[in-house]
Amino acid sequence: MPNTWQPTCSIELMRLRAQMLYAIRQFFLERDVLEVETPLLSHSSGTDPQLDFFTTEYGLSPLQRSLFLQTSPEFAMKRLLAAGSGSIYQIGKAFRNGESGRFHNPEFTLLEWYRVGFTLPQLMDEIAELIDLLFKNHRTLNTAQRFSYRELFLQHTGLDPLVFSNQDYCAYALDNDAPEAVSICGNNHALWLDFIFSHKVQPRLKGNVLYSVYDYPACQSSLARINADSPLVTDRVEIFIDGIELGNGYYELTDAKEQEKRFDDEIGIRLQEKRPFTVKDKRLIAALEAGLPDCSGMAIGLDRLLMLLSDSATIQDVLNFPIHRA
Amino acid sequence: MASYSTNEFKAGLKVMLDNDPCAIIENEFVKPGKGQAFNRVKIRNLKTGRVIERTFKSGDSLEGADVVDVEMQYLYNDGEFRHFMVPDTFEQYQCDEKAVAEASKWLKDQDSCTVTLWNDAPLSVTPANFVELAIVETDPGVRGDTSGGGGKPAKLETGAVVRVPLFVQQGEVIKVDTRTGEYISRVKE
Repeated sequence: MPNTWQPTCSIELMRLRAQMLYAIRQFFLERDVLEVETPLLSHSSGTDPQLDFFTTEYGLSPLQRSLFLQTSPEFAMKRLLAAGSGSIYQIGKAFRNGESGRFHNPEFTLLEWYRVGFTLPQLMDEIAELIDLLFKNHRTLNTAQRFSYRELFLQHTGLDPLVFSNQDYCAYALDNDAPEAVSICGNNHALWLDFIFSHKVQPRLKGNVLYSVYDYPACQSSLARINADSPLVTDRVEIFIDGIELGNGYYELTDAKEQEKRFDDEIGIRLQEKRPFTVKDKRLIAALEAGLPDCSGMAIGLDRLLMLLSDSATIQDVLNFPIHRA
Repeated sequence: MASYSTNEFKAGLKVMLDNDPCAIIENEFVKPGKGQAFNRVKIRNLKTGRVIERTFKSGDSLEGADVVDVEMQYLYNDGEFRHFMVPDTFEQYQCDEKAVAEASKWLKDQDSCTVTLWNDAPLSVTPANFVELAIVETDPGVRGDTSGGGGKPAKLETGAVVRVPLFVQQGEVIKVDTRTGEYISRVKE
């Protein structure tokens, strides 16, 4: 294959990427948000049962040990926040094993930022301003829209995502050309929501609009806080354009005990499902114990953002060397 | 037969689904940032030709299907079955009308075509992309009219009817694209 040395993306798109990075740095510079770097290699990894990580060997035998390539810079950045950094952002690589497809490359670029003192609605405002700025001169988006997860789910499926009814969910799947969901999802509420949202709701978030979806069901809380007014929902936001998931944000969990419990629960699920073993990040827990300031944080996949800015059909079109050419 | 995991699914792979042999057309990885990964697969049932979409949990697997495409020569029609032969081995296969289906209108004795076998039994027949067939019936065209517009129906020796330009006459041999059923050119004998 004589041509495989060449990049899969055009020179024009390389320029567009550089412009995008420049604009993001300007945006945060003007807002006094500090750019930071955190390690790609770490002694621990996230415990999310849905993520597979890469490991690598550090040092020589007999002192050799495994290090994890980061699936997200979240834990290290929170340690900086606990140390008093103030609001910070980072543009860096993240690694997720086995994720490859039209919208996935196992190595990808993330923009992640944390705003000390911001609530989730304030974070959503800032996201919309950043997206506006980046799309300016490339594409004109219609007025951004915000929906609660429940509102959106009800509107597109008629199902209540907060209250699980196996019977209603099965009936919906059978009526909507997705009978396989019944055997795939069984009695697992979170899995049903993943299935129905990704197959039936997300594809409809089109129309050249930035969609912010907030108040995720508590069973999908991940690292977000449970909402103060309603224990059924969590202070989490996801954004979508053209049916593509672009990013995820939280009003961050600051409770060290709750964090440790979620780690333990997830490690339990990993063991049950016989997924690769991971260790919980005790340094993050220690940082939370020392005190993480109230803050909101957001991560956006920059390769997908570039796809949307350039109207590219696949992530390979915006990467120099996707995994099969790396 | 081996089984294949979702991350091995790619266009052309033959697998068993609901007890029928199928060919994968397209495989899309769907994964919420925080959530279960799925593979949304477009798949053709090789028995019925129907295309369906089906979702799998990433990591699930399907049995492979023993499906192969074999070049064969069409021999004859005995009224009930059509008979085909593998030129190298002289091995013969008989296909019922269901397997031959649409291909029947392009099959002329001695022509080669592709027979898809499932567990060594014919599943479907695909004619060559281009066939050359004689016109057995068409209206006489107006001499001198060579324009592209219009055209007229012509019945071929295999029973197929295609549109041909007005200047093409009964008894002539023409080349036809079997995928579109369109006339390509006259064939000089």
